[in-house]
Amino acid sequence: MTEKLSNAQIAWRAAQDIADGAYVNLGIGFPEMVARFQPPGREAIFHTENGVLGFGGAPEPGEEDWDLINAGKKAITLKPGTAFFHHADSFAMVRGGHLDVAILGAYEVAETGDLANWSTGPKGVPAVGGAMDLVHGAKRVAVITDHVTKKGQPKLVERCSLPLTGVGCVTRVYSSLAVIDIEGGRFVLREKLPAITMENLQNLTGAKLHVTAPVEDLICPEL
Amino acid sequence: MDKRLSSLIEAVADIQDGATVMIGGFGGSGAPIELIHALIDRFIETGSPKGLTVINNNAGNGHVGIAAMIEQGMVKKMICSFPRSADPTVFTQAYLAGEIELELVPQGTLAERIRAGGAGIPAFFTPTSVGTELAEGKPVQQFEGRDYVMERWLKADHALIKAELGDALGNLTYRMAARNFSPLMASAAARTVVQVSHAVEPGAIDPEHIVTPGIFVDAIIEVANPAQEEELNRAGAHHP
Repeated sequence: MTEKLSNAQIAWRAAQDIADGAYVNLGIGFPEMVARFQPPGREAIFHTENGVLGFGGAPEPGEEDWDLINAGKKAITLKPGTAFFHHADSFAMVRGGHLDVAILGAYEVAETGDLANWSTGPKGVPAVGGAMDLVHGAKRVAVITDHVTKKGQPKLVERCSLPLTGVGCVTRVYSSLAVIDIEGGRFVLREKLPAITMENLQNLTGAKLHVTAPVEDLICPEL
Repeated sequence: MDKRLSSLIEAVADIQDGATVMIGGFGGSGAPIELIHALIDRFIETGSPKGLTVINNNAGNGHVGIAAMIEQGMVKKMICSFPRSADPTVFTQAYLAGEIELELVPQGTLAERIRAGGAGIPAFFTPTSVGTELAEGKPVQQFEGRDYVMERWLKADHALIKAELGDALGNLTYRMAARNFSPLMASAAARTVVQVSHAVEPGAIDPEHIVTPGIFVDAIIEVANPAQEEELNRAGAHHP
């Protein structure tokens, strides 16, 4: 297996693109990690579906207040400027185009910007949460993901095979190997790990990677 | 007028077999555990109410609250966005055994359907779920070049919710993220019963701070120091 970024490094890279003062929703699970890597001097304002804006990090163990949680049901904290609101207002922020960026996980992303991240098929109990709402409305919908599945299959594909979360919604993918924009129905490579060749990266990607400008080196600190 | 009740038994006495019941809460935050458990106790004693349709974001966690209702066999159908939790065993087993129906609704659509129900708006258009299997069979219309799915309002016979302060007129405040769906549900149910952590006299809540005005509330019952679902589950609690 080729050298690749850790989840923390992928989250770090995604955090570098979040501007000071941006309103940000992080999907539950892996995307929550992005909050840890805000660059010094920048402060994003985090939104969570269950009605909190501008919250702080996790409390110390034993200090949890279970009326103060995020969408992943994890305890969070207040900080100066935190606001509470009900669920309809919360999703008005989402659908109404008020969030600057949503960062989500993915099972598959298509070159068309289609995202599949809520269902692996008809088996088991389906659960969607706020994913289908989040992919519409945020000014930028970014995905953070391993470049391939645990079995080594491409997660960046021509067309998704799993049930869709949204059509034509993803604008950028931060993977374990590269940073790729989705523009005009195609993957445009922006950055890649210096150690991987173009040929190897293309072989691990299920759709054509386009190059429209010099590809930068994807360099992350050890975390 | 005084909307205060004197017992939890009285608070849940009107819910009939086959009723649709909205229950506030997102996970454990805002879950009206004492009202739910009073309803379960009534069912165990009398066999009623059963065949309920329950509307909540989730489908219960562990063996208390909504999970305990499902475990008792009181629930015919769940309308929710995320029937998973730290311990979803009760719902999962009932669902896979075909003992409970599931209507899965994207979370923002669920909130807006309830809001629309309370606001007298029978249908609305949303971009959420366009082109996905959750939009199958629903009308799609284009506005300014973009597709939107038509969704219908959601109303209920009863809402059971939890608030922080409540006065005799039914004016309510909530505690932090425990607010979530509750103000919407209060407006969308024919009868809304609220467990409040502190019952106060009219005037004790600053009018600028009232989140749910009393017009949306039919009855309140004071439950001081209410149980937190998360803490009950961490202690391995079962109800009954």
